Order: sequence, then structure tokens, then C-alpha cells
Amino acid sequence: MSDQATTNSKEAALLVRNLNFFYGDYKGLKNINMDVARNKVTAFIGPSGCGKSTLLRTFNRMYDLYPGQRAEGEILFNGKNLLDRKQDVNLVRAKIGMVFQKPTPFPMTIYENIAFGVRLYERLSKSAMDDRVEWALKKAALWGEVKDKLQQNGLSLSGGQQQRLCIARAVAVKPDVVLLDEPTSALDPISTAKIEELIYELKNEYTIAIVTHNMQQAARISDFTAFMYLGELIEMGDTDQLFLKPKVKQTEDYITGRFG
Amino acid sequence: MIQLYTRRVWANRIGMALSMVAMSLGLIGLMWILWTLFSKGFAALSIDLFTQDTPAPGSEGGGLRNAIVGSGLILLFSMLIATPIGILAGIYLAEYGRVSKFASFTRFMTDIMLSAPSIVIGLFVYALFVATTGGFSGWAGSLALALIAIPVVVRTTENMLKLVPTSLREAAFAVGAPRWQVSLRVTLRAVKSGVVTGVLLAMARITGETAPLLFTALNNQFFSTSMGEPMGNLPVVIYQFALSPYDNWINLAWGGALLIAFLVLAVNIGVRVAFRQKDKR
Repeated sequence: MSDQATTNSKEAALLVRNLNFFYGDYKGLKNINMDVARNKVTAFIGPSGCGKSTLLRTFNRMYDLYPGQRAEGEILFNGKNLLDRKQDVNLVRAKIGMVFQKPTPFPMTIYENIAFGVRLYERLSKSAMDDRVEWALKKAALWGEVKDKLQQNGLSLSGGQQQRLCIARAVAVKPDVVLLDEPTSALDPISTAKIEELIYELKNEYTIAIVTHNMQQAARISDFTAFMYLGELIEMGDTDQLFLKPKVKQTEDYITGRFG
Repeated sequence: MIQLYTRRVWANRIGMALSMVAMSLGLIGLMWILWTLFSKGFAALSIDLFTQDTPAPGSEGGGLRNAIVGSGLILLFSMLIATPIGILAGIYLAEYGRVSKFASFTRFMTDIMLSAPSIVIGLFVYALFVATTGGFSGWAGSLALALIAIPVVVRTTENMLKLVPTSLREAAFAVGAPRWQVSLRVTLRAVKSGVVTGVLLAMARITGETAPLLFTALNNQFFSTSMGEPMGNLPVVIYQFALSPYDNWINLAWGGALLIAFLVLAVNIGVRVAFRQKDKR
């Protein structure tokens, strides 16, 4: 697999090398080698249980929360191995943000939802924080809808708005990478379209890795696509190429809907 | 087929009837208690109840002012002790020690404490605190009641936190928040109303506890706000007065019992009403 998956390492935000992942005794990821390109959108597709979410969750070490889950190998980020035990997880997560499948606003005001993460790592004056909140909400294309109700509870927003609030919250911390784990699968088509536009905008400044079970979505928004199956990276390449001229038979079968 | 069906209908009717009987037996008991309490307690209600102190043997009239204030102070301090300890322990069990040995040990001890007879807790505080500091005191009472309230608060806090969806917890970790911030500022806040309910119900639970106070705060015939001395309190006053030969004492005992019942009912109903409105919104 794929000299193509690991070529231009200078342009890569994350370099994954010989990554294996275990849920207890079960091996969830098998020897993954790939790069996540800087300021591009990389999509991960594959049938349920293929390990695409697992892979995404190694990038910010979310698995650390669960005893029994462990990763072996290397994920290089700014020259350092993220998986290194000495690496501070919270700092990793501040630099590599994540948005989940279900919108997860914190039980606090819209303003506080954004400010919460910022306060963890920066000491800002009231006005600087106001600016940051506005900036993040504008980035997430939500400012116009909420600017008059920043003191309302984040849970009072609609599902699509909540998800954009979560994106704003991730962006507000000024990460390098934003991980999106099926961010639109719980949303209606209009909200989905908004989020997709947003992703397209965000890639100018952030590296984006998105897991999606919607192949059209991957084709629409991503620059690179990785196809995974049974814990292995089967094929990775330019999105156009992968969808038009897949090199591996399994990839072709999956994207043409013959299995999955 | 019809036969089978009619049999089922009858089985249903009989089952229904039996459960109605069981329910009414329970309700009759409750109603009887409440009715007796109200009819005898209302007669005792007067301004004097709140403005005068407990009377000396053989004197006329009197009130419960010292006992009401004493109970209030003892309750206040016991909840001030129990709430932070209980909530923090609950957070530990739900957020930090889900699988650790120490956590399951703590959980086990909490269960034992939950079902421990309150008189045992009273004796424990007597031996440990009253006997060593040389006297009954309001503090000892607060301590005993706190020991009863803590496990209740621990349990509700833990159970409430366990209801928080994993995704919310992960989302909080995903912005780089350390575990204590995730626990205190996100997950605990998500279940705030449930935890407050637990605290209030724990308070309701200890409001009427008598046995632990007998060994700790004892009683005080005079008005006192000094927690370092024996302190008047409603449950012990009710206990002593109800068994006395004086009519005005027995009357006061009924009044005090009604007050406690009112307080506990008000807390329970208030919590439920407040909770229901929260859920609807």
C-alpha cells in the first residue's frame, strides 16, 4: 500500500508510521502508514467497524480515556511522537481539536461554550475574549444567528447550529488540526450543506481529517481519501483518482456499492 | 381460543384487583399517619410555638423556639459538611475510579453506610467525639447527621454522573481540558439539578433522625446558638415530650412532629416540581 499514502512528508501535518491499535486483545488497526496533508481535507471512508473512527481517535489520543485501549507505533506531529507516554495529552488535544457525531454543546451559555476551551490555555481580557468568541463564531458561520443571544444556553440551539457551535469551540482554541468524526450524520440536509461549506472554508487555515460513511460527502469535500477495511488502510490517494480510478479491487467494490 | 382469551381477561382482573388492594393498604397506612398528625398537630400550632422555648416540667404553655433553631443549625452544618464531601466522592467514583479497586471498595462501604442503623452512627460519634471532647454538643450532632447524609449524596452524585453521555465527556476532553475541569465544569454542571435533588433529599432524610442526636447533641431546654454545647432539636424534643405525663408537652410534641413532616414533605414536593419544570424546558 501506498507509497502514495506517505509521500510528501514536508507537507504533512500528521505522519502515521506502523500504527497498531488494540482494544484489549482485539487488534483494531493493523500497521497503518499514512500522512495527513497540511491545510487539506483528508477523508476516511469504509464500512462500519473498519477502524476509521479508531484511527481518528488515535490522533488526539481520545482512547487514553479507556483502560484496555492502546496504540503502538508512531504518529508524528510537529516532529514529536504523539503516542509517546511523556507527551502531555491535554496539550495534544488543544492543538488537535475534535468534533463528534452528535452535537455536544456544554451545559452553559453559547459564549461560555467557546470561552471554556480558550481559558484553559490563554489568559485574555474581557474584550479580547469577546473578540475571540466573535471570531470563532464567524469562522463557524454561526455569528449572524447567535450574536444577539450569546447568553442563552448552548442546548437551546437547533442540531445544526449546535454542531457549528462545536466547530466554533474547536476552532477557538486555535488548533492546527481539526478532526471531524461523522460530523453531519445526525443532521438534516440543509445543515449538512452548511457544515460542508464550512469545512471547505476552514481548510485554508486548518488541517482537516474527516470520517464519513457518506461517500458522496467524501467526494465533495475532500482533497485526499483513505479507504479502510477490517482495520487496514487499503488505498489512499487524491480523492478524484480514488473515486474515478481506484487501484485496488476492494476499493472499487466499495465505492461502486458492491459491498459495505 | 375464546376460552383462552376469557381466562386471560380474568387473570388480568384478578391481578389488577390484588395490586389495588396492596396499594390501598399502603395508602391507608400513610393517610392514617398523616391524618392523626394533622388533627393533633394543628391544635398545637400557634405563634407561641415559634416564639417561646420548651417549658420546664409542670409549667404552662411553652413553645419550640430553641428546638427549631437548634435543629436548623445542626442541619445546616451537617449539610455543609456532607455536601462537598459527598459530591467530591461521587465525582471520584464516577469520573476517576470507574474500575479501580479503591473505588469499588468505597462503593461497597457507601452501601454499608447507607443501610447502617442510625443509632450505630450515633454511638460511633459518641465514642469518638463526645466521649473524647468531654461533652454533648451541636457539633457532634452535625457530625453524626453528616455521616448519614454523605452516602446518600455520594450515591446520587455518582448515579447522576453516570447518566452523562460519553460523548459530552469526550467533547470536554477534546478541547484539552484536564479531568478535574471536565468533571467540575462540564459533567457535574450537566447534572446539576439531579445532584441538588440528591442533596435536598439527603437533608430530608436526616431531618427526622432521632437516635444519632440522642447520643450527640442531646437536648437543651434553653435557647442556644452555641454549637459547642448541648443543643435543643426537634426530634429529641418530640421523643422526650411525647413520652412525658404533661399535656402541654405532649401537645408540643405533636406540633413539632407536624413541623418536621411539613418540612420533609415540602422539600420532597418542591424538588419534584422544580425538577419537572426543568425537564420540560
